[in-house]
Amino acid sequence: MSNVGTLNMAGASADAVSDALSGPRGPRPRPRFSRRNIFLYGTLIVVALYYLLPLYVMIVTSLKGMPEIRLGNIFSPPVEITFQPWVKAWAEACTGLNCEGLSRGFWNSVQILIPSVVLSIAIASVNGYALANWRFKGADIFFTILIFGAFIPYQVMLYPLVIILREMGLYGTLWGLVLVHSVFGMPILTLLFRNYFTSLPEELFKAARVDGAGFWGIYLKIMLPMSLPIFVVAIIIQVTGIWNDFLFGVVYTKPDTYPMTVQLNNIVNSVQGVKEYNVNMAATLLTGLVPLFVYFVSGKLFVRGIAAGAVKG
Amino acid sequence: MASVVVRDVSLNFGVVEVLKSLNIEVNQGEFLVLLGPSGCGKSTLLNCIAGLLEVTDGQIFINGKNVTWEQPKDRGIGMVFQSYALYPQMSVEGNLSFGLKNQRLPADEIASRVKRASEILQIEPLLKRKPMALSGGQRQRVAIGRALVRDVDVFLFDEPLSNLDAKLRNELRIEIKRLHQKLENTMIYVTHDQIEAMTLADRIAVMRDGIIQQLDEPQAIYSRPVNRFVAGFIGSPGMNFMEGTLEVSGSPKVKVGDATIDAKGYDFDKKPEAGQKVVFGIRPEHVMIGEMAKSMPYTSEVEIEIVEPMGSDTLSWTKLGGQNFTFRIDSEYAPKEGEKVKIGFDPARASIFDANTDIRL
Repeated sequence: MSNVGTLNMAGASADAVSDALSGPRGPRPRPRFSRRNIFLYGTLIVVALYYLLPLYVMIVTSLKGMPEIRLGNIFSPPVEITFQPWVKAWAEACTGLNCEGLSRGFWNSVQILIPSVVLSIAIASVNGYALANWRFKGADIFFTILIFGAFIPYQVMLYPLVIILREMGLYGTLWGLVLVHSVFGMPILTLLFRNYFTSLPEELFKAARVDGAGFWGIYLKIMLPMSLPIFVVAIIIQVTGIWNDFLFGVVYTKPDTYPMTVQLNNIVNSVQGVKEYNVNMAATLLTGLVPLFVYFVSGKLFVRGIAAGAVKG
Repeated sequence: MASVVVRDVSLNFGVVEVLKSLNIEVNQGEFLVLLGPSGCGKSTLLNCIAGLLEVTDGQIFINGKNVTWEQPKDRGIGMVFQSYALYPQMSVEGNLSFGLKNQRLPADEIASRVKRASEILQIEPLLKRKPMALSGGQRQRVAIGRALVRDVDVFLFDEPLSNLDAKLRNELRIEIKRLHQKLENTMIYVTHDQIEAMTLADRIAVMRDGIIQQLDEPQAIYSRPVNRFVAGFIGSPGMNFMEGTLEVSGSPKVKVGDATIDAKGYDFDKKPEAGQKVVFGIRPEHVMIGEMAKSMPYTSEVEIEIVEPMGSDTLSWTKLGGQNFTFRIDSEYAPKEGEKVKIGFDPARASIFDANTDIRL
């Protein structure tokens, strides 16, 4: 009796072993052209094309001569590649009386961009650090007011700012525009830095205080070296925001201090003579190069910084 | 001489009273442990002593100097945090010397202090590494070193071992004890771990809701807890509490259900009153069974309900006077479930509390 029992048991377990050997094992096989994949990648490709098509049209048009453009085939690649429109857009295109192309606007924009980015980030990071770590009296109210500032429409402040800048003697100068950009970048940047510094362990700050570091010592020696990702995020936000700005540029500067975006508009919208589509396209691409470049160089850091700020914000 | 004096210190966060008029005197060279459940204010008190939080009221003296308004760096303290709080971008050496550089000490002085601290803590091979490249135990050693190089009189520890695994915790606990023996500094140590408290402390302050419940030597806290909270918080497994009434005919007796426990030999703090509602507490490890129980002043026969073997000891669950009762004995003599055994204990080792106020009688 017991023998039979053990034999049966042995048979059953042998079956189980062979089942285990032939049964599913390892990762489940997935067909490459499943309905799910086709749908997923199909959607992605369509959306990507939708976004890339205008860029493609701009690039091919900017490389064509005017006679070729008049044929009307906007999607066809250039038969004769010419860089003349690019040269003209950069150095010869006319806006009003001067015919220096976009180059002057480019250098204006650079002169506006660098001090604005440096100034706004320097001030906002110290703001955020003070708000996060040195809980001074009224910090919450100050922060609320600052954030509220982010929601006031710019249009409301345009004219008052014109008066303020005029009284300060900065109206129409590059430094006036730098000041405006720095002020308007403050709410969002302060929020960004405050949330980041709040996410850093508080005990680090306490340890540094016990170690005798003061307000600036802790900021420069402890906080700054730990904040590269968030600085990259801030730089990207400010560079693209300030470079792409049109409204402040057109309001607070004069023709010889116009930033690149304003000059681009003036080139593209000039009504005299023939519309040079190739020059317009080249000028637009030239203007967009800086933000594009910034994204490509620092895209990875950007995502990491956003995530670092967001997870523990 | 008192090294650290906390006098009438209160702290409010808005309307929440975190510390309520606390008074502590810590003697020179003493190891004081602040023990309590989370949210009892023990870490807050430590932060107040360190100067990282401003007190709402009261004074703090360190080495006879009123430091209530002083910055943390001027108080002559070193602090060790639970999360180590090492500066991630600096090497171990940089971490150790950061505070000294802020004091603008000469370079050779800094070097010699870093060397001494790293010798004591045996972290010399790690000096060039970044904190990222250290294990948890090494990190905490560096954090202790950072307090050590400051050459201060008072060390403050804020749950320094809570982030470590059990084995490392035991090792570092011994090391902290050694360090204290060697340096003879005043140390104030915050923890919620009663083992750490019992093993390290010269005196323990048991805290709850911002008030110090009992401040005494570990053994006194264990054997003569002033109230039911302290009695329940110290000891693992927790003390048995049985509700009963007091009888004062002849020697005082506690009636628990159908059992009557003669409290002869119990040292009453107050004169017992007849009919008073009380809670009778006895620690599971003070209960004997079988032959050993027979010599005890109180004995009873009980049926074992559940047995929990824990290796060296076995925890047995039963009922006494109709109420839950546990006792702990050597696994060698462990009873079986359903078995009827004789248990006994000495009521002189028990604690009797007023059922209304929870205060020891």
